[in-house]
Amino acid sequence: MATITYPRSSRPKRMPVFRWLGPLSPALVLLLLFFAGPVIWSVYLAFTNKALTGVGAAHPKWVGFANFEHMFSDPLFIHSLVLTVLFVVGSAVLGQNTLGFLIALIERGRKAWFVSALNTFVICAWVMPEIVAGFAWYAYLYQGGTLDSFLHHFGLSQDWLYTTPMLAVIIANIWRGTAFSMLVYSAAMSDLPPDLIEAAQVDGASALSLLRRVILPLLRRPIVTNLMLITLQTLASFTLIFVMTAGGPGEASQTTPLYIYQQALQLYNISYGTAMCIVLLLVGAIFSLIYLKLIRVEELA
Amino acid sequence: MSGTLTLGEDVNKREKTAARTVPARKGRFHITSPRKTTSAIAAYGVLALVAIFFIAPLIWLVLAAFEPAASIGSQAPLVLSFSNFGKVLNWSTTFEPLLNSCILSGATAVITVFVALLAAYPLSRYHSRFRKPFLYAIIFSTGLPITAILVPVYGMFAHFNLVDNQAAVIFFLAATSLPFGIWLMKGFMDGVPIDLEQAAWVDGASWVGSLRRIVAPLMLPGIMVITIFTFVSIWGNFFVPFILLQTQSKFPAAVSIYTFFSQYGMVDYGQLAAFSILYTLPTLLLWVVAGRFLRGQFSFAGAVKG
Repeated sequence: MATITYPRSSRPKRMPVFRWLGPLSPALVLLLLFFAGPVIWSVYLAFTNKALTGVGAAHPKWVGFANFEHMFSDPLFIHSLVLTVLFVVGSAVLGQNTLGFLIALIERGRKAWFVSALNTFVICAWVMPEIVAGFAWYAYLYQGGTLDSFLHHFGLSQDWLYTTPMLAVIIANIWRGTAFSMLVYSAAMSDLPPDLIEAAQVDGASALSLLRRVILPLLRRPIVTNLMLITLQTLASFTLIFVMTAGGPGEASQTTPLYIYQQALQLYNISYGTAMCIVLLLVGAIFSLIYLKLIRVEELA
Repeated sequence: MSGTLTLGEDVNKREKTAARTVPARKGRFHITSPRKTTSAIAAYGVLALVAIFFIAPLIWLVLAAFEPAASIGSQAPLVLSFSNFGKVLNWSTTFEPLLNSCILSGATAVITVFVALLAAYPLSRYHSRFRKPFLYAIIFSTGLPITAILVPVYGMFAHFNLVDNQAAVIFFLAATSLPFGIWLMKGFMDGVPIDLEQAAWVDGASWVGSLRRIVAPLMLPGIMVITIFTFVSIWGNFFVPFILLQTQSKFPAAVSIYTFFSQYGMVDYGQLAAFSILYTLPTLLLWVVAGRFLRGQFSFAGAVKG
């Protein structure tokens, strides 16, 4: 980033608080009302039996840790957590990350028109509205859909969304999100010192050992940062799965965000839903803190 | 939601590459020498497979949209037909949802950019002991999953009778776009040399004056990028309006496309595909425009010398 283009000393010295706070106040008001407010309120709600219908609606009662105790003895919640981990690891950590890295690596030095054509499609999948991506994949995998009618010729016809729902949403999410990792890695690779790689090649290093001993160690930082960011983005992914399988069949692809949606907004069990949201937020917060650690402090200065 | 962090990284990288275009060109390397034909063929083979993987799901969308009677499976259309587009191009199917999307995304983008511009000024220009903690808090909150606060937000909206209130939804969307908006805005503002402003300060300009007359015009490309980014991410946001809005006539395209799909039982896939394309096109166009602005970002660097 072009962060510091002027010497520090040329900045005006300490400002009175109001001059500093004045321009910030609209942002602070919005963030407190619509961001911090709900988060704090959710902590309170999670310890009550608040519901949108029934007894809990009018007079929510303090119930202590009951929601959390219930959560960890709720087999459906545990099931959803397992699926969420599977989804994050499968589609982000293994899928997007590896595929993005490979595309960035193999694309280096290839014909410019080919690279930009391929990148256009990869980025297209990433920038199109998520709901349209969901429909495209639904139509692609549904029995009688594009892929299916192709595989029909080989006697492999089936409803992929029904037989392998988790695999279907994982592959769709790899398709959707690979562009981000690809962009991160191709930028990082163009920053690599070319002399080092040339030297290794002159010394007769094979492509594989060049990758393992030179490129990967040099890219450690972008790799860790990328993993952090895509994990955060994938953790609360809702729309793609919702459109493709709606968590089904049964609960076969019901990750935690979908389970929260069902409990809180379809069954109106708001307090239980928020308790689960807090768990999701905490997991997100941990990853976010690690990410903060990774961002160099100089970037903030 | 998933897009909230993405552009920044992209912007940062692009800035990096833009700032050092020359060394980056020199820095080209190949994992395998391109002169070795076999490995080049293998590389192109792998990339071609990747291309097929990325193109295939989109084929249905395009074919079905131009097919007179599309089923969910796509066959090659015998005649290119615009009849699906003709059928969806009416007020309640297309124009009203797209107008709602414009209102939602446009208002959110304007509020976010305006508030972020004000907030970025002290963060970029003044010293304060609160600066660093505030910036850390901002980056921290860009990482939080918005999906996870939507349930308490719904509870809050229900409590204050704000469900189905477009203005409240816009303010909520602006609040969720703000952390990232402020972070980007500060980055762009740091790129504007302070010397220009100091001259204005000597002439007695207030911070409002120097922000409005000097800083904002100079970082206009950056402001445009943040506007477009916010607009596009709200344009594609399904979950928030799906939860917080209830009246059909207020639904943005993201939600109406879903009801299109789920409510009428037997769906006309050709029309769905045609509408999807109409809804997606603005996103793609705006990204291209944003890319143009990003590439021109450093053109004002000469302002100090001139």
